[in-house]
Amino acid sequence: MTAPRGAGEAPLAGSAPLIDVHAHFYHAGAGRADWADVNAARFRAGDRIGITSHVASVLGSYGFSSPTYFPSPADVERGNDAMLEIASRDRKRVRMFTTVNPNYTEHALREIDRCTAQGAIGVKLLASRRADDPLLDPIAELAGKQGLPVLHHIWQHRTREWPSQEISDGADLARLARRNPATNFILAHIGGGGDYMHTFHAAAGVPNIYPDLSGSGVDRGMLDAAIAALGARRLLWGCDLTMCTGLAKLRALDTIGIQKADIEDIRWRNAARIFPSNSFERCGAVQ
Amino acid sequence: MIDVSTFVGPYPFRYVPHPTPDALVRVLDREQLEGAWVGHLPSAFYRDPAPGNAELFGMLRPFSARLKAVPTIRPDWPGCEAALREAKSAGAPAIRAYPVHWGLGPHDQRMRELAIAAGELGMPLVLTVRFEDLRQRHSLDVAGDLSAAAIRSLARAGDSVRLVVTSAGREMIEEVHWGLTPAEQRRVVWDIAWIWGPPEDHLAKLFRTVGGERFVFGSQWPLRLVQAPLANLDLLPDDVRRVSLGRV
Repeated sequence: MTAPRGAGEAPLAGSAPLIDVHAHFYHAGAGRADWADVNAARFRAGDRIGITSHVASVLGSYGFSSPTYFPSPADVERGNDAMLEIASRDRKRVRMFTTVNPNYTEHALREIDRCTAQGAIGVKLLASRRADDPLLDPIAELAGKQGLPVLHHIWQHRTREWPSQEISDGADLARLARRNPATNFILAHIGGGGDYMHTFHAAAGVPNIYPDLSGSGVDRGMLDAAIAALGARRLLWGCDLTMCTGLAKLRALDTIGIQKADIEDIRWRNAARIFPSNSFERCGAVQ
Repeated sequence: MIDVSTFVGPYPFRYVPHPTPDALVRVLDREQLEGAWVGHLPSAFYRDPAPGNAELFGMLRPFSARLKAVPTIRPDWPGCEAALREAKSAGAPAIRAYPVHWGLGPHDQRMRELAIAAGELGMPLVLTVRFEDLRQRHSLDVAGDLSAAAIRSLARAGDSVRLVVTSAGREMIEEVHWGLTPAEQRRVVWDIAWIWGPPEDHLAKLFRTVGGERFVFGSQWPLRLVQAPLANLDLLPDDVRRVSLGRV
């Protein structure tokens, strides 16, 4: 399905719909002078790959005025405002998650309502609180009622505490997902570090968990194992911070012997199923 | 284009699908790569690399037109000088060493002597910064990453030294490159297997600052997808899209 290298200006990943469910954008309050260049680079590479829709979030101030994974309420709002502005400029191409910090429950619930009213189609949870903490239940419940999938930052198999985040793994998220069966959860970046095989086992029996393929990790065997353990209907394509590895995984999907329909599920159909209906105008209707 | 960073053989800490020479040749064909320098993956974890080298040459013999054996030489092991000469006689384009796995520090004189001796025979020394992401390592995999200090030390060892450093990221490359004289910089090339592409565009930034001639193609197959560095090249911004990689 994907085009060969050097195929002129045709999308490198072909012209079929393609939804990146794990993207991030930056803003002037993010503490880096090149923030606009990085945003522009995401659009440039997205066009080159053939990404139909970026579903993105802004993570507060990315550590500039509060920690990336523990954003203050003020930074949460500032980041969501920036993301709303980016999404409003090109809604056909950019959709957004509302980022929240569950330690501020009432604020989180208000942010979800505020941003959803302005077009957000999902909720982004970082690593501000472990995924199985009951504090996340009101957020998961509200997301479920509104039909919003929850993208949760995950470390694949946490074996210890890591600095700067209260990290969760697939087993932690599975407990939250079991308590909230009406809510769909996107398990972040199986290529984002840690032992993805642990994740596949932890998530296999929890049908409302959908792992995304994003992350800089491109281990051979990872995609095959994910499909074997979970099936193509449970996987979502995404890039996160490295779009080159996203393109590489698309090309790898073409070589590991799965059906064209399975590839389409991973490229966009699964995303179209779990996000609110009509979220992706450019992708058409899901069969 | 040659892939300078491939292996055959299993990896001790996780399952790796079909790490065999025939599979590698199929990958090269599919990705339109001319050939590969091939190491023996288990040898990085053996105390004595000699049996692994013998196995490597044997495995690659039927594929010698495309796959070039890069044996492992351990400089603190008896007979390493002879092993180096044998590698040259056998047509190896380069040799590999894993100082961190052997407990050799960043300024170990034996590593420096190996780098010099290999260079005098016209063979670059291939170094591996990491096999896996630090975040996913097995509890028994305690070797750690190769340090920038170790690479600088080897690059400064002598005029004949030629290093091919694989699996480094932007920060390490910059730390080493700008910590060397221009003459020392020319002794080092880096593969692009672990360098980030867009939106951070680390590879593009390195091409603009360090220069494309200091980089070569490497994938770390069979541990990682060979499609990743190819995708990275395909996604370069226009101003560096035509930059040529260096040669080894």
